[in-house]
Amino acid sequence: MARQMWCNRYIRGLVWGLMGCCAAATGMWALADKVASARDREFPVPTDISGRLVIQSTTDYMVIAPVIEAFQERWPGILITYNEITTNELNAAVEQACAQDRFIGDLIISSSIDQQLKLVNDGCAQSPGPNVGGNLPDWAKWRDELFGLTYEPAVTVYNKAFFANRPPPQSRFDLIDLLRESDTFRAKVGSYDIETSGVGYLFAFQDAIQASTWGRLVEGLGRNEAQLFCCTGEILDRVADGRLLLGYNVLGSYALSRIGRDDRVGIVLPSDYTLIMSRAAFISRNAERPGLARAFIDFMLSPPGRAILSRDAGLLSPIDGPARLARLVGRTPNTDPQELRPIALTPALLVGLDQAKRNIFLQQWRAALPPRQLSKHP
Amino acid sequence: MKPPPVLPITHPRQSVAVRLGMAMAVILAVVLLGTIFAANKYGQDAADETFDRLLRGAALQIAERILVTDGHANVDLPVSAFELLSLARADRVFYRIIGPDGKTLTGYGDLPLPKDDKHGAGSDQTYNTRYKGVDVRAYMLRRQLAERFVTGDVKVIVAQTTSERLALAHSITAQAVLTIAAAGIVLLLLVVVVMRIALRPLARVERTILERDVNDLSPIDIAAPAEVAVLLEAINRFMRRLDRRIEAMQNFVADAAHQIRTPITALRAQSQLALEETDPDVLARLHRRLHERTVGLGRLADQLLSHALIAHRADMAVSEELDLRRLALEAEREIRAVSEADIAVDLPDEPVMITGDPISLREAIKNLLNNALKHGKPPVGLRVTPVEAGHASLLVRDGGQGIAAEMSARIGERFAANGIGPDSAGLGLSIVSSVAASHGAVLVRRRTANGFEIGLEFAVITS
Repeated sequence: MARQMWCNRYIRGLVWGLMGCCAAATGMWALADKVASARDREFPVPTDISGRLVIQSTTDYMVIAPVIEAFQERWPGILITYNEITTNELNAAVEQACAQDRFIGDLIISSSIDQQLKLVNDGCAQSPGPNVGGNLPDWAKWRDELFGLTYEPAVTVYNKAFFANRPPPQSRFDLIDLLRESDTFRAKVGSYDIETSGVGYLFAFQDAIQASTWGRLVEGLGRNEAQLFCCTGEILDRVADGRLLLGYNVLGSYALSRIGRDDRVGIVLPSDYTLIMSRAAFISRNAERPGLARAFIDFMLSPPGRAILSRDAGLLSPIDGPARLARLVGRTPNTDPQELRPIALTPALLVGLDQAKRNIFLQQWRAALPPRQLSKHP
Repeated sequence: MKPPPVLPITHPRQSVAVRLGMAMAVILAVVLLGTIFAANKYGQDAADETFDRLLRGAALQIAERILVTDGHANVDLPVSAFELLSLARADRVFYRIIGPDGKTLTGYGDLPLPKDDKHGAGSDQTYNTRYKGVDVRAYMLRRQLAERFVTGDVKVIVAQTTSERLALAHSITAQAVLTIAAAGIVLLLLVVVVMRIALRPLARVERTILERDVNDLSPIDIAAPAEVAVLLEAINRFMRRLDRRIEAMQNFVADAAHQIRTPITALRAQSQLALEETDPDVLARLHRRLHERTVGLGRLADQLLSHALIAHRADMAVSEELDLRRLALEAEREIRAVSEADIAVDLPDEPVMITGDPISLREAIKNLLNNALKHGKPPVGLRVTPVEAGHASLLVRDGGQGIAAEMSARIGERFAANGIGPDSAGLGLSIVSSVAASHGAVLVRRRTANGFEIGLEFAVITS
């Protein structure tokens, strides 16, 4: 599978090193889209252990830690093992365990929602019952098995210094016009390398479905020799220090927390439409403690859980996401429901995972943005 | 006069309303069961049709995107196909596209093909199978490729789990069943109401009968629907019979009292005389008189009972087919058994069949013969005439003058005989007349050249 070469030697060596540096340098808590090898963390309990909940997740443990600690306050005596791995590793491990009917974890959380949906579609999940996620909007749940826990927009980030005297592109049309304008943005626009970034591929694929602007945008990115990165942090760092002027389709949860600390970076929710991604969780079919897993999902969707997520982790929830997002970016909520377009958890996500479809889509991408550009950036 | 409280003799059986209600409930239950089965079938068919369209639509959309690039069949999956399938919100989706060489181009490589894979164009198939441990509904569509390097069938298989279609089927079934059940309950209530209205005349009849004077046996005359009118008619018929019976009884008691009191008084007087008499000659005469009186009284009692029997049988007896000749012979034999009378019997060769009650008929013949023997003159004869124009007669003749004109007119009245003779109570002709009436026969009497003839003319059974 092509996505499995996603953490290839290059990334493991260079990028992971870089990421570590960046994280250290900026104190970035990095929503672990691209955290490398698996790390098991146990959240011990002071009292006697009455149960153990195993969570397999792609979300950085530092993000999730406050939630887990709050959960443990409510459920004393529950030892939580939190195993943080990359999306593709997680997918492969769960797929294998599911095929072999083997326990791998009680709760599976991943930002790669298409892979999550396929795992649920293939019967690797169990339903915690009909009452879980009752307050979630329809798009953020599927089959009473898969639940969207977060509300993360795909945003455009820009270098504030460069855009001091002119407006940053508010929409994809603005961006296309900018890219046509001159050579100003040659090698100054960054986005995900969709061949290696799961969330990048997801956003790109949704872009292609959503609007006709995609073709022109890809062409514009190609002509301007857009820089492609595996990870959100790299794009943000480069936009901050001016090596890049614009970052397109950047995962909003990173960006939102970055602008809180770094005034060199600005953020735009594209006004034509803004894709919303919701990290998805399901209870494994072979869960040993499905009841605890259910309680954890319930807690993350409950008001106290949501408060902790948004305060300590900077993650919004699908339940109150739109209103809070509007407050965060300093805009009144747009009345146009077309503007915020959540990626619904439906079997339509399977199309992007289809091998034939993926090959075709990547061919079109490579035609505009040859892989050689990967090696161009330092 | 206030009627005494009427207590039910038997406990009432289940009321008509309850029985009809129960029958309706049973019918409704059967209908409901039938509806559940039918609705279930219909619901499943409707749900299948609905969701099969999704499968078919998705397969068609996918089939449209089969392309041939570089000499290979390929497919560019349309998102819209999967959005279509996503309309079944809770169902998992599986697909498989198989190239002309039989290799899976993309999708779930182990998704089962239909068991009876029909070949050829237009053989698109919908089928049920199991995949990943669950029941799935699948649709297979074929597209024939006829490109330069690629020929053959591309198969598109789209499958879906069945929870939504089952939910729809159940919802359709439940709605239908609920509707029918509600209609059934309403119907039952209506039946109860209608029943009450329909049975109201019966209650009226009941009230009318209860409110009647105990001695009132006159027909009940109230407005009633046809069904109840039949019942009323039956009640009225019954009451008429009862009335007649009571009247007959009262008559009998009155007659008996009247007839028996006088001879008993005479008997008592004569026996008193006998007690006081000492002269043997007078005593002997008194004894003889006493004997004659006693015989006469016995005869009277006999005739009274006979008459009561006839009157009773007229209402009760079952008619049967009889040969008049046989009746004549039997009556003659019975008469001869108690007297040495000489009776000439004259019978036809052919049977003379009539319908009637043999006992009362024999009684009538015996009375006629007795009358002839007692009041007429010998020779006494009994004859049955041959059938003529559907009628035949049984006639008793004697050589006397017959009944006086004044007496003849009073035939049929009870105790027409002038006083109680020692040998007759005068009931004989009255009995004959009653029997004739109850048999639809005609009492005939005529003078003949050498005497008098009296008898009954019957309608004969013609075979």
